[in-house]
Amino acid sequence: MTVSTNESQGTGAGTLLAPGTKAPEFTLPYAPGQTFSLSELRGKPVILAFYPADWSPTCGDQIGLYNEILPEFQKFGAELLGISVDGPWCHKAFIENRKLRFKLLADFEPKGAVARQYGAYRGADGISERALFVIDKNGVIAWSYLSPIRVNPGADGILEALEKLPK
Amino acid sequence: MTKLKIPVSADDHAEGPESAAVTLVEYGDYECPHCGRAYAIVKRIQKHFGKRLRFVFRNFPLTQSHPNAEAAAESAEFAAAHGKFWEMHDLLFENQEQLDSGLFLDLARKLGLSTPALSLALEEEHFADRVRADFSGGVRSGVNGTPTFFLNGVRYDGSWEFPELLLTVDEAVETSSQPTQH
Repeated sequence: MTVSTNESQGTGAGTLLAPGTKAPEFTLPYAPGQTFSLSELRGKPVILAFYPADWSPTCGDQIGLYNEILPEFQKFGAELLGISVDGPWCHKAFIENRKLRFKLLADFEPKGAVARQYGAYRGADGISERALFVIDKNGVIAWSYLSPIRVNPGADGILEALEKLPK
Repeated sequence: MTKLKIPVSADDHAEGPESAAVTLVEYGDYECPHCGRAYAIVKRIQKHFGKRLRFVFRNFPLTQSHPNAEAAAESAEFAAAHGKFWEMHDLLFENQEQLDSGLFLDLARKLGLSTPALSLALEEEHFADRVRADFSGGVRSGVNGTPTFFLNGVRYDGSWEFPELLLTVDEAVETSSQPTQH
């Protein structure tokens, strides 16, 4: 089985922000007319999950999986944020349909601006990479991971990173 | 390469000998239609490889999207406590479209198990911890949806359609039966 370089590395995206980097602050809509800022979660570990698009198929879907395993993240007091270039109305419909229990942020206008800041934008396709960040309670990136876009990365890496955070 | 964090042990539900060349572990959900399809494929794979293959099933119920998955998993664990895991596992997948509490009791009756005991076990969640332990172990191992397969302890990200899975298991059998080079 071969995986093309473009698939595994992304096309034209920068490199993901590395551990030790201060997580860039952002404010994005998470529902029509409502915005959320990363700094609101200061003091708690944050899992930032960039993903390509809402409405990918069920069962094997990364966002659906994270919704199921949310209690495993909460054991660490961590907050999960999903982020894609879909608009807030799209997120709203997706959240209602899948009964999601965490926020999805709309990196919609200017499109992909936050993904670009984190080095997680896939310019050729106009979507986010499948990229994961664990940010510590002081707002510093503790772990980051770029998944091949077609492979759902699961949550083992996130849990290991959360486990390693200083208490 | 994502690896199975919880090694296969005597606590697992396994078909096939411990000495088998290949161990295939599935994390599955009785209400997941993909797992329903995989069920028939795995049966064919088991038939093909016979004693060269050991198959292990672990619970990974996606309860947010599948309202009956947890009770189905607990029913299978109840049957396991009475030595009928695989019988119940098979019946649950074969009747996947009718999963509900009535079906669980019907299947228990069919297997000669006590229906009041099953009702009580479900009501008091006697097997919930077991199911949760499977689930948490799966998350730790990088289960990324259902079904997720591990082949000799490594997550298998390829296609599990019959021809591809057959070929993959076959290669694993070949690899593990070659003498070790020192």
